[in-house]
Amino acid sequence: MGTRIIKMPDVGEGVAEAEIVEWHVTVGQSVLEDQVLAAVMTDKATVEIPSPVAGTVVALGGEVGTVLAVGSELVRLEIAGGGTEEIAATPPGARLSKAAHGVSESKERAAPESRAPGAHEPAARPAPRPSAEPVPLTPRPAIAKPVASPAVRRRARDAGVDLRQVRGSGPAGRIGHEDLEAFLRGSAAAASGGGKVANPAVETIKIVGLRRRIAQKMAESKRRIAHFSYVEEVDVTAVEELRATLNEQNKGTDRPRLTLMPFLMQALVRAIVDFPDVNALYDDEAETIERHGGVHIGIATQTPAGLMVPVVRHCEARSLWDCAAEVRRLAEAARQGTATRAELSGSTITLTSLGALGGIVSTPVINRPEVAIVGVNRQVVRPVWQGGQFVPRTMMNLSSSFDHRVIDGFVAASFVQRLKSLLEAPATLFIEA
Amino acid sequence: MAEINAKVMIVGGGPGGYVAAIRAGQLGLDVVLIEQGGREGGLGGTCLNVGCIPSKAIIHAADAVHQAHQQAERKSPFGLTVERPTLDFARTIEWKDGIVGRLTSGVAALLKRYKVKIVHGHATMVDGKTCRVDTDTGPETVRAEHVVLATGSEAASVPSLPFGGRIISSTEALSLPTVPARLVVVGAGYIGLELGTAFAKLGSKVTIVEAEDRILPAYDTELTRPVARRLRALGVEVLTGARAAGLSDSGEALRVSQQNAAAREIPADNILVATGRRARTAGLGLDRLDLTMNGAFVAIDERCATSMLNVWAVGDLTGEPMLAHRAMAQGAMVAEIIAGHRRVFDAVAIPAVCFTDPEIVTVGLSPDSARAAGHDVHVGTFPLAANGRALTLGAEDGFVRVTARADNHLVLGIAAVGAGVSELSAAFGLALEMGARLEDIAGTIHAHPTLGEAFHEASLRALGEALHI
Repeated sequence: MGTRIIKMPDVGEGVAEAEIVEWHVTVGQSVLEDQVLAAVMTDKATVEIPSPVAGTVVALGGEVGTVLAVGSELVRLEIAGGGTEEIAATPPGARLSKAAHGVSESKERAAPESRAPGAHEPAARPAPRPSAEPVPLTPRPAIAKPVASPAVRRRARDAGVDLRQVRGSGPAGRIGHEDLEAFLRGSAAAASGGGKVANPAVETIKIVGLRRRIAQKMAESKRRIAHFSYVEEVDVTAVEELRATLNEQNKGTDRPRLTLMPFLMQALVRAIVDFPDVNALYDDEAETIERHGGVHIGIATQTPAGLMVPVVRHCEARSLWDCAAEVRRLAEAARQGTATRAELSGSTITLTSLGALGGIVSTPVINRPEVAIVGVNRQVVRPVWQGGQFVPRTMMNLSSSFDHRVIDGFVAASFVQRLKSLLEAPATLFIEA
Repeated sequence: MAEINAKVMIVGGGPGGYVAAIRAGQLGLDVVLIEQGGREGGLGGTCLNVGCIPSKAIIHAADAVHQAHQQAERKSPFGLTVERPTLDFARTIEWKDGIVGRLTSGVAALLKRYKVKIVHGHATMVDGKTCRVDTDTGPETVRAEHVVLATGSEAASVPSLPFGGRIISSTEALSLPTVPARLVVVGAGYIGLELGTAFAKLGSKVTIVEAEDRILPAYDTELTRPVARRLRALGVEVLTGARAAGLSDSGEALRVSQQNAAAREIPADNILVATGRRARTAGLGLDRLDLTMNGAFVAIDERCATSMLNVWAVGDLTGEPMLAHRAMAQGAMVAEIIAGHRRVFDAVAIPAVCFTDPEIVTVGLSPDSARAAGHDVHVGTFPLAANGRALTLGAEDGFVRVTARADNHLVLGIAAVGAGVSELSAAFGLALEMGARLEDIAGTIHAHPTLGEAFHEASLRALGEALHI
């Protein structure tokens, strides 16, 4: 019998590391050639790693959530025949599945870690803690300093526990690790009453995969970017009428049903001609702004796995219908998990809409390194004072955020005003200037 | 003017500063350490250069010299006789300097390993985040988010005896070119006694002048009695209740006034002033910062935070006890706090050791201070005269003393006096930190034949169960 080490493959686009998001095999399981071993996620997408040979799994390179450098051991197989071989698994044409949102190249190039073989046995999962009865918290006579070992003191400090509140069960009232654990369990239980029972259950959910990417991206965006948010009201009566008319006309044809999205995209393309600064990528490390000729609009899309942002490329070269068809296709692909890495990266500005859940105002988070995001709020028919009387108009708010480091408030406001005037007179969307 | 920016700036490379720098480096923080160097130190500070380490080297050499002379006088208890031992004192100093050099270069290597940037020069704080450093190549500005003040302490002088000429501090005493024939030590604290004893063993005629009525006033008399006995045996004259009034007119003797006695002049080749150490706060621009002081010391809380945000202080600068191991623990803790950990200085006890002859070690409370704190106590004392190992070392003077609460037997303090007992401080400290009861020590098997057995027996004795007495 020989050993074959399957290494984390180079999944392309200069990706230096990938996160294990799913194991399809367990230790001891026999696998066939081409059987999927694991799914790993990079900044861009999730890739399934097939086994290049048949064999038996001896060890896994980490738990779900572990980030491995390209070239480090992913799976160790025992195979028929002798010798030890190390090979990089080949992602067959990068079989992309569930893909992640992301637009920027990873700037970090983690040095591949050299790890000792045999150090990859998956860590034993902690056994579920037996549900012990909470220890009754009898008050202790006041002692200036609770008696506890340095290790217990440090643990209490980390957990934010004042040891003077903890009852020590050891000799001389010494507080042990068990006492601290009992206190931590007990403090989660509230006094019950009125027939209702407190539920002390605490479930720890590991943040992995797409959720982790989203968490990192959001935090990074908020940490780095000075967000400036601006909300303006838009009278969408006319554009809604136009949309209804077009949809009516196209009933029965294979043209897609129009939503407001393609109109907004057309308005963005038009407005960006006058405000090219908002269609840009800001590299705050290099302190350069990359202003793009092409308008690549990211469409924030809710999927079962979480938020993704598929990208409609070159909207400046697309018609209304084209935009509508592309948005529909991409949203579908994102929800199905079949969007490619290319379809999920490269946006220069983002549109976000929560549809019927749009609310009246939102504070969208900029999709870094972009500098602007336009959010769509709910439409509502409201009485508007016009020409000496109230008239019913369909009103909608646009909530937009800009990177105030590089976009001044005046520019941001002017840009949104331009969007407003384009949407309020929809004919101007289609008339060449 | 060059400008250096960092996450953490540490002012002073002594035990507090360099440990803070290493720990911060280990935690991935960007660290600049400013060390002024010079006569009082360099990396490693007072401790490594002119304090703990060189004094221990001199004490070790002095012990060997003294034994050799005893043997030459046919006083060896086991019959060893040597002929006319001689000492090349210049080589003694060279050997001591070699040890210091090894340790300080070790510190430098550790700092380098953890990518600590070292700026050599005198630091002057400009504000709470900025420091001007006068280096050999001109002034530099260092800016950091966090500042750790670790400037340490220096020997305090006595107004009537300004340093200079034959009046020296411990720093000069550790680098004398020859052994002085007549040495007067002003101050019978641990520094004065350690050096006074060493020079007595090296052949000096030593007189110790102490203003209080006994030696080592910070320790209880039970502990200091063996030391006083030994000083007498070594021919060291101890004048208590005595004041050093200044140099004689000739400048070659110390005028001493004593209550109920006529003023005396004690001839001296060197006068070692060891009356204490004061925080090094002057000339650092600290007056420009809004630091709350605690007397002469920088006031800190249990996290070593000063009154200014993100300005920390560790070590002697922050007051008593001025001990290297306290500074190191504070330095490491501050580095962890800066790195985002929750820490407070919550040690149960800080051990203190006097490398007198015999040595004294104390950890935690003495019986008197425990009673003063309102505890009802059991005290167990075991003499080294009943310890086999002590007898084989020819060092039977001394004892180990354990103080525990009477109600639950929790150990409150441990002290010992005897040759080589400084090494027991590790066991004593661990017992207190772990919250040991007398029964825990009694139930621990202590190796035979070692001095540690005396610790075991003292605990048994406090329980009324001693076996060997």
